[in-house]
Amino acid sequence: MTLLDFARGPALQWSLIILVTGIIWRIVGALLLSSRKDLSVARRKSGLNDGLGAIATRSLPAHTFEKRIRFQHVTGYAWHLALFVTVLFFGPHILFFESLLGFSWPALPNGIVLFSAAVALAILIALLIRRANHPVQKLISNADDYISVILCILPLLTGILAFAHIGGRYETLLAIHLLSIEALFIWFPFGKLMHSAMTFPARFQAGTSFGRKGIKA
Amino acid sequence: MRKDQNLGEYLRTQGVSRRGFLKFCSATASLMALPPSAVAQVAEALASARRPSVIWLSFQECTGCTESLTRSHAPTVESLIFDAISLDYHHTLQVASGEGAEEARHAAMEENDGEYLLVVDGSIPLGNPGYSTIAGISNLDMLKDTAKGAAAVIAVGTCAAFGGIPQAFPNPTGAVSVSDIITDKPIINVSGCPPIPVVITGVLAHFLTFGTIPELDHLGRPTAFFGQTIHDRCYRRPFYERGQFAHTFDDEGARKGWCLYELGCKGPTSYNACATVKWNEGTSFPIGSGHGCLGCSEPGFWDHGSFYKPISAGLWGSKETLLGAAAAGAALGIGSAMAARARKNKAIKESEADSS
Repeated sequence: MTLLDFARGPALQWSLIILVTGIIWRIVGALLLSSRKDLSVARRKSGLNDGLGAIATRSLPAHTFEKRIRFQHVTGYAWHLALFVTVLFFGPHILFFESLLGFSWPALPNGIVLFSAAVALAILIALLIRRANHPVQKLISNADDYISVILCILPLLTGILAFAHIGGRYETLLAIHLLSIEALFIWFPFGKLMHSAMTFPARFQAGTSFGRKGIKA
Repeated sequence: MRKDQNLGEYLRTQGVSRRGFLKFCSATASLMALPPSAVAQVAEALASARRPSVIWLSFQECTGCTESLTRSHAPTVESLIFDAISLDYHHTLQVASGEGAEEARHAAMEENDGEYLLVVDGSIPLGNPGYSTIAGISNLDMLKDTAKGAAAVIAVGTCAAFGGIPQAFPNPTGAVSVSDIITDKPIINVSGCPPIPVVITGVLAHFLTFGTIPELDHLGRPTAFFGQTIHDRCYRRPFYERGQFAHTFDDEGARKGWCLYELGCKGPTSYNACATVKWNEGTSFPIGSGHGCLGCSEPGFWDHGSFYKPISAGLWGSKETLLGAAAAGAALGIGSAMAARARKNKAIKESEADSS
């Protein structure tokens, strides 16, 4: 079995099984956690609007901190946007998803995707350097942060190298690219990358809870 | 060709002009990635080359490799060079058979001990010696016996080079390649299913010119011919770069000659000279005909998943297994939540007991 066959076969199989099992485990576990019964009288009836409102307002920088967190905010949005374009609209990626899901969608030209990947990679490296040097960020970062960032950098880096055929034979680069994604899959449910599944439900829950207490989210 | 004739004399008798011969030498030197200054050396060495004795053994194969060489197209300089070798044993082509053929092989081995070239096409079955025999001799015994006195071994075709189709899962005959058995001789793997004729003659020309084997890659293939991927030299590569793909074999993209990556083309992972040398006197190659590369020059090409599955697609995609994983995750989630609740209730009770 070649390295590429291993990456496309058993490694993909087990990493996906771990990814799916882990994500569902954590989501179901979080949803079924008990909370103490709120015995206070509700200020008003809260619902969907409060939850969605919290998702919206917390997706924008808080007015008080706007200037101080502008850099993280802009780079955060740019990074996520670039990542989505790269992951979801590169032709070979769509073929990968099609092999798993059974359906596909139109791809973007390679030039746009390559630019997005380069932007995402540059932002992530800049944020990693900042995290390692900024006194506050350094203080609040743990191994999970660094592992998560590095595991996001590797697929972008190896993907660009594989696309451009730089640094080795294509089949080796492609295999390394796939293995780096599979490492990400395995880590995903157990680290901070799980925020991609938890963020919006958590904000929704906070919004409805605040609404009940009469707090504007 | 008479035994006392050299190659130059033989080619002249066949009507090949000096200009035509030099043109071939230039092309060969170019194909072998030699500098222009080497053309004269190639021409001189080839023109004065004496017929090297060649013994050709065919084992578990389909004769496609021999067909590729002998029926490729009208005689050309390279085919005449192929004719010019002393093919002393090739049981598919020779008139003699049985013991007569075996006597010819032994005679060639004795007369040219240590100097003959051994060409092998087909894989060697190890599962049972009786799976493939010639004149009652197993392929394994014949290969070992003939390789002893060979100057070098050329494994022609993917079966001889890497096991090929006979070795494909579940490999019922226990097929192996030449290099799995012969370890004490220089081996040149000229893979392909079938290999390109000019690559064979290029290797022969190199041997005739320099008396050595050409530079090989990590799979034992001449880097001059197998140094780049089909994708690297494909005329459809610009379409790949622009993200323009044929989605089916008869859509607009296919008609416009766009990249065949989505249709499973293995060009990006296949190393061969098809895209540059092409077939049938440089007429075309599979991608030129609208079909993706199968990657036939690579080890295990039959077992890398469907020929029509893109390289970036996983070789595994079982929705049932993923649903099972989701169910397992849900069970784990329920279990861990229940355990957390139990711990919480216990802590509350202990807290209430302490306060009372």
